[in-house]
Amino acid sequence: MGKTFAEKLLARKAGLSEVKPGQIVTVRPDHLLTHDNTAAIIGKIKDELDEFGVIDPELSIIVLDHVVPAANEKTATNHKVIREFVKKHSLVNFYDAGEGICHQVVIEKGFARPGTIIVGSDSHTCSYGALGVFSTGIDRTEAASLMLTGETWFKVPRSIKINLSGKFVSGVSAKDLVLTIIGDIRADGANYNSVEFHGDLSGMSIEDRITVANMGVEMGAKNAVFPVDEITRGYLESINMEADSYEAVWADEDAEYYQELTYNLGEVEPVIAKPHTVDNVTKITDLEGMKIQQCLLGTCTNGRLVDIEKAATLLKGQKVSSDVRFLVLPASRAILNEALRLGYIESLSMAGAIILPPGCGPCLGAHMGVLAPGEKCLSTANRNFKGRMGCKEAEIYLSSPETVAVSAMHGEVTDPRKVNM
Amino acid sequence: MANENQIWKYGDDINTDMLFPGKYTYTCSTAEEIKPHLLEDLDPLFAQGVQRGDIIIAGKNFGCGSSREQPALGLRAVGIKAVIAKSYARIFYRASINQGLLLIECPEAVDLIQDNSTVELDIENGIITIDGKEVTFPTLPEEILAIRDNGGLLNYTRKKLRARQTK
Repeated sequence: MGKTFAEKLLARKAGLSEVKPGQIVTVRPDHLLTHDNTAAIIGKIKDELDEFGVIDPELSIIVLDHVVPAANEKTATNHKVIREFVKKHSLVNFYDAGEGICHQVVIEKGFARPGTIIVGSDSHTCSYGALGVFSTGIDRTEAASLMLTGETWFKVPRSIKINLSGKFVSGVSAKDLVLTIIGDIRADGANYNSVEFHGDLSGMSIEDRITVANMGVEMGAKNAVFPVDEITRGYLESINMEADSYEAVWADEDAEYYQELTYNLGEVEPVIAKPHTVDNVTKITDLEGMKIQQCLLGTCTNGRLVDIEKAATLLKGQKVSSDVRFLVLPASRAILNEALRLGYIESLSMAGAIILPPGCGPCLGAHMGVLAPGEKCLSTANRNFKGRMGCKEAEIYLSSPETVAVSAMHGEVTDPRKVNM
Repeated sequence: MANENQIWKYGDDINTDMLFPGKYTYTCSTAEEIKPHLLEDLDPLFAQGVQRGDIIIAGKNFGCGSSREQPALGLRAVGIKAVIAKSYARIFYRASINQGLLLIECPEAVDLIQDNSTVELDIENGIITIDGKEVTFPTLPEEILAIRDNGGLLNYTRKKLRARQTK
């Protein structure tokens, strides 16, 4: 019997010839990601850090992104504590406020190396599955323990296989696909499972794959992963990662799956996740014309150059509706710089969009863009939980960047297929 | 051990924002800071009314969403004896082991327990007795129990580090 991606990779990393679902294995992850919560993490192990130090100064990747630039004295102090910790322990992989959202930075800086394991004290750490990485979220306490010991345990997951084929029609993208899947299998449909994407993936760009893998956790998955193919290798080359510097892993043809699903990208329609759960998914046609007061384009799900390009192309020479605040947050400084160079930021700002610095802030109600009671926000983020954007009487709707951009222009939910994008 | 305290009963998909709002994630880290905001957007009466030994009952996918550990840390700190749910989201499940909070996955018990039920827990043998009726739940593997029984992951890690040092 063949093995799944998770079974193969966890066996390799645990130094075992084979592992089975349900088995507990001890592994040493290749990297540990933490962000603004690093301050709270190191606060738990102050004495131990003084006595034993960190296990490996190259293990940690620390990116300040959740509340940047600092919103108040408390968050400013957190950032300061983290900078001092980085210096004291000579940590090499530190990215200060403004560099970008941790998941985008990890990918851009070449840490997401196929065939490796990355754990992070952030639930969307699963994003790197787009590049053949076994990556998953952990809590702060586990991150603290990892800083000291470098090792942790995993239960080998069962796996779900999702077969993809075809190409998206104009106005539809990977966000619509992943919301459709979550609507079908629900928010716990992949609980404790490893989700593998198979089939003809030529219609799925690296950006599409990151969007889909990013939302693996919204279906409950431990990790979500794509094979390393020409598209992946092309991207990795573009960030100067040489092909002989990684060893990709993929499932055997005859591996055993708990469940199999099939989607044709050409049949995917624009959808929206309604309040207050990500699996409350409906076709856009059910909500067309609904007035919105805020639109958000950005986050680790959809803040990449292609997403900004779509909005800029649409809004060039046009105006954002005067009834809407349209917030645009590029996912990283590299993306912001490129969007500036290409004139996208100018187009968006001229149209009336509010350009925010790269970071996470509004997505979790931590910083900027907070909603008022009774307001509705259409967002490219990955969560629409009650209170998520700082107000429990507000409503968050999730959609693709295409839908957000078109709707920001019209002041109401608008089907992007009706516009030439 | 009979349950003389309250039962707090909630539905499906109780997410981490309901258990502990994201807007406090970077300003509240200690148990004392977390306690007043526990379940704030789900049940405003919880933080004031909860007592040591209380039990939370919930539907499927309890704790879904963010990786923030404040819900697990806070529920342990206010003395929740156990959460009994139909299923859990995995990061919350892991965080609870790491905090030493007892989670029981038992759909049958969730359906049986009423607000005024008497609930007895036999953790070692995986038995819940609800108004005299016994139902069983799966116990954890030894490797994982070692974390919980050592008072959570950090205590366990400290012991391991000390043991290595003395070798």
